[in-house]
Amino acid sequence: MASTQQVPIVDYLRIGVRPYLRASECGNCGARYFDRRNACARCGRVEFNNARVSNRGVLRSFSIVHRAAPGIPVPYVSALVETEDGTTVRSNIVDCPPDPEHVKLGMKVRLATYVAGTDDAGTECVAFGYRPV
Amino acid sequence: MAGDSVWVLGTSMTRFGRYPELDAVDLGAKVCLEAFADAGVTVQDMDVMAAGTLFQANTSMGQRIQKQIGQTGIPVFNVTNACATGATAIRTVYMAIKAGEASIGLAVGVEQMGKMGLLRGGSKEEANVYEPAGRYGAVTAVDGVLGTETMPGVFAQAGMAYAYDNEGVGFEQFARVAYKNHLHSTLNPLAQYQKEFSLEEIMGSPVQSYPNTLLMCCPTGDGAAAAVLVSEERLRSMPKRVQKRAVRIAASVLTSDPWVESGQVQPDVNTLTRNAASQAYEKAGIGPEDLDLVELHDCFATAELIHYDNLGLCERGGAGDFIDSGAPFRDGTTPVNVSGGLISKGHPIGATGVANVFEVTTHLRGEAGDRQIEGARVGLAHVIGLGSSCGVHILEKAAA
Ligand SMILES: [Zn+2]
Repeated sequence: MASTQQVPIVDYLRIGVRPYLRASECGNCGARYFDRRNACARCGRVEFNNARVSNRGVLRSFSIVHRAAPGIPVPYVSALVETEDGTTVRSNIVDCPPDPEHVKLGMKVRLATYVAGTDDAGTECVAFGYRPV
Repeated sequence: MAGDSVWVLGTSMTRFGRYPELDAVDLGAKVCLEAFADAGVTVQDMDVMAAGTLFQANTSMGQRIQKQIGQTGIPVFNVTNACATGATAIRTVYMAIKAGEASIGLAVGVEQMGKMGLLRGGSKEEANVYEPAGRYGAVTAVDGVLGTETMPGVFAQAGMAYAYDNEGVGFEQFARVAYKNHLHSTLNPLAQYQKEFSLEEIMGSPVQSYPNTLLMCCPTGDGAAAAVLVSEERLRSMPKRVQKRAVRIAASVLTSDPWVESGQVQPDVNTLTRNAASQAYEKAGIGPEDLDLVELHDCFATAELIHYDNLGLCERGGAGDFIDSGAPFRDGTTPVNVSGGLISKGHPIGATGVANVFEVTTHLRGEAGDRQIEGARVGLAHVIGLGSSCGVHILEKAAA
């Protein structure tokens, strides 16, 4: 186990003992971005700091996807989660049956990570989703 | 204000559907010639041309159509703006006339999609060796892992976000939108599909992205639409019978999406539509209560419902009640998508924004046949393209 290499599926996911999402935050207005920005899309300033996004949030919107590109397992729940510190994140709802009876608008969720695949070198890809709490 | 208005002089569209024996140039050339005939003009009269297509954006579509209808050497603007491509073509000609650089011009939108199926959404290709790539340093495809990138899913999320904020909105309200548009399409010979479905059939059809079922999603298809626009001054030099059929563009607006917090993960289709609508109402000097018909961008049933609110057709938060009350049905207070909408009329992307203007123009002229909204005097055409871009045109019948 200890020798298995792991990489995050995207660079804004920080993996380790306590995984979290890292955003680039505008030093002037506080707008957060998951990719690099030349200037803030909200205020135009160019100073950014790293910010740790809260792992807890509520389900703001979702869709239960039954039709996707070939090879993508369906159905799955695509979600928009609003974290406790007001950042909207898109990912899947995990550990929850993919039906409208179990997926409820406004339900509380928490960041969860899992191994989503392994490459030819044996490196594991760690993805994140949100789990109902 | 009316003295320097721009008018729709002539217009045409193909029936939307599948034309495997023709290409996009054939479809575009056909509607251009028909629009000239409708306007009583020829290609020799044109000062400017704008041509919109999304999937053939890099093919000089305007010049290729000119080779079928007449190469007169006028400037061509080839435009693309996702699903707002057609509206952008119209607005381009509108601005050229407004600026005084042209007195008459041609806008055309074409698309040949065939049976493209699901739009967007990456393929699932497992990487051989994980290497970070792109702006998010992704080591593998993320569609289906970090949420959905497919169109039915993105617009489902837009609708469910509205449901989160507002009472009385759910699966049944979204389904009722599709019921209405399929019902309306039975009167429109230009619609790709002209078949009524029951609410139960719509809710029971295969789920694409809940709450959008198959019958709540627009089809892909082929088609074209064209419009000839003219300055007020030039129009006044034309025969009375031509002037009588002209329709005034009371407002032409194009917006992009301003920053919102959630915009980086979910395209915001609301704010730019609200901005476009308020600018258009102000320019036209009217309010949503004055509209006799609306053609809005119902790429999915969830989208139409939230645009009732975005365009101010209902009270803030009241889109669920609005559809439940029957208001947007063709016999309601604000008929919406009497053409059948994108859901049933079809959505050949580049053509859509011109076809909406065709539809409203045809009603204001009193020439819409079985689907005519009697006595229509003012109408609104709305499109939105993800990325995002929103076009709104308000049209008014000529004073008798
Ligand atoms: Zn800022």
